[in-house]
Amino acid sequence: MFDRLYEKDVAITGIGQSEVGRPSQLSAMRLTADACLEAIADAGLTRDEIDGVACWPGDNNNGDSFSPVGPNALKNALGLNVNWFGGGYEGPGPLAGIINGVMAIASGMCRNVLVFRTITESSTRQHNKQASALTNKTQGRDSSFAWQWYTPFNVLSAANLMAMYAQRHFHDYGTTSEQLAQIALTCRRNAELNPKAVYRTPMSMDDYMQSRMISTPLRMFDCDVHCDASTAIILSRRDAAKDGRNPPIRIEAMGAALNQPWSWDQISLTQGAAFDVGRMMWARTDLKPKDVGSAQLYDGFSILTMIWLEALGLCPVGESGRFVEGGQRIALDGELPLNTNGGQLSGGRTHGLGYVHEACLQLWGRADKRQIADHQVAVTAAGGGPLGGSLLLVRD
Amino acid sequence: MPRKLPALTGDNRAFWQGGENNALLIHRCSACTRYFHPPSPVCPACNSFEVGPQAVSGKGQVASFTINHQPWTPELQEPFVIAIVELVEQAGLRFVSNIEGIPVTDVFIGMPVRVHFQQEDDVWLPLFVKD
Repeated sequence: MFDRLYEKDVAITGIGQSEVGRPSQLSAMRLTADACLEAIADAGLTRDEIDGVACWPGDNNNGDSFSPVGPNALKNALGLNVNWFGGGYEGPGPLAGIINGVMAIASGMCRNVLVFRTITESSTRQHNKQASALTNKTQGRDSSFAWQWYTPFNVLSAANLMAMYAQRHFHDYGTTSEQLAQIALTCRRNAELNPKAVYRTPMSMDDYMQSRMISTPLRMFDCDVHCDASTAIILSRRDAAKDGRNPPIRIEAMGAALNQPWSWDQISLTQGAAFDVGRMMWARTDLKPKDVGSAQLYDGFSILTMIWLEALGLCPVGESGRFVEGGQRIALDGELPLNTNGGQLSGGRTHGLGYVHEACLQLWGRADKRQIADHQVAVTAAGGGPLGGSLLLVRD
Repeated sequence: MPRKLPALTGDNRAFWQGGENNALLIHRCSACTRYFHPPSPVCPACNSFEVGPQAVSGKGQVASFTINHQPWTPELQEPFVIAIVELVEQAGLRFVSNIEGIPVTDVFIGMPVRVHFQQEDDVWLPLFVKD
C-alpha cells in the first residue's frame, strides 16, 4: 500500500511549554517565545539550526484567542531564517502542524522544524463574558462553511454536537454516565500531580454527577477547561538529530485519513473521522495496539476520548465504556495510562500539542510525580468529528 | 427564541426558503438519483452537475439528539432539544434541527418526526415535531 513510510525518517528531539495560565498575564507572543525557545534548547539546537516553522491553525482563522500567533509572526519575533513555514486551518486537526512538519522534513525542505500551538482563550473570555465562541460572532448572518447549518437551530457550541455523538454512543453500546465520568475522574487524579494543571483539587463521582448539565449527556466536567498557553515540539531529520539531552523519539506512524464528509452531522456519529485515522496509522507500522504503553487522547469533550480508544484499537469497538469502567485500566499504574498530565479536561486546553508534550515527557522519564512505568511506545491523537490525526511515537 | 440566520446563497436558498410553499427541498442528483445535503452545485457521489432541489416528504426519525441546558446567550430559553434528523427518503440523509411540541425529556433516538416551518425574516426554518 505504501512503498516508503517517510515519517520514520523524522524524530522528536525537543519539547517546550509556557506557563499554563487561567488567565496568563503574559502576551500570546511571550507565551509562544517561552515555549519555542525552551524546545529549541531542549533539542540541543540553536535558533540558526531551525529551518522550518509549522503550526495549526495559522493567524486569526478562528478569532484571536483560538490562534493568536501564526508562523509569520513567530518567524519575525525569534529572528528565524527558514526554508519553509506554514499554518492554516484546513488540516487533520490539532496535530496537523506536526504532520505537515514531518512532510517538510521528509521532502528535504528542512532539517529541524519548530512546531507550535498557542491559545489564549482564557484571557479573551475574561474580557468577553460570552459563554460560547460562536456567540461572539453575532453580527450579520452566518455563511461559514459548516456552522451555517447549525447556528439557525441554536447550536451555539461544539458541545451540542459532541453531546449528540455521546447520546448515540450511549444508545448503540449501552455506555453510561458513570463510565463516561471515568475520563474526567482519571484526568483530575492525574492533574493533581501536575503543577501546571488548571484544576488540581480532588473530584469524586458525586462531584461529577452533581456538576451542571451542559447538553445531555455531557456535564460541565465533560468539557475541557480554557487556558492561555503555548506548546512547542522540535522535529528533526533522524540522521541530523544531535546528541542532545533526549534520545530521539521516532515518529513511527502517522494517521490522517479523512474519508468522511467534512461536516459535524454528516459523518458516522459513533466513529467520526477517528476510525479512518486509526486504520491509516496502523497500516503504516508493524507495531500493534498491544505494544502501546501510554495514550494521550483528545479530551476536548470526554466522549471524544472514548471514541479514540476504539478508533485506535486500544479496546474493541463499542467497548470503551466497559474498558474505562472503574478507572483502574487507564490509571497511572494501569495497563494503559491515559492523559497522564490531566488532559485538557483538568490540565488545560492546550489543544493538541499538549498531548505530544506529555507523551515525550513520559517516554523520556521526565514526568516527575506522575511518571508511569518505563515504556517505549506511546500513542497520541487529537481532533473530533470530521477531523483528526494521530501519532505513534517510539523512543529509540 | 432569537436565532442566528443563515446567509442565503444560490446553493442553499431552496433549503431555507422552500417552507414558504410548505416544501422541504433537498438537493437530488438526476444522474445517480441520490439525495445529498448540504446542497451544492455538484453531486458528491458521482460529480454530476445535474442536481437541484426536490421536495421530500418531510418525514424522518431522530438519529441523535441532546437537550441543551446551557444559556450560551442571555436570550436563549433553555432547555431545548437539538437533533440530527434522518429523512425517510434515504439512509444517511440528515441535518441538524430542533424538536418541538413535546416535553424535552420525551424525545428518543428513533422517534418518528415530521417537518413544520417557522418563518424568521426571509428564512423558513425546517423544525420537527413528533409524528
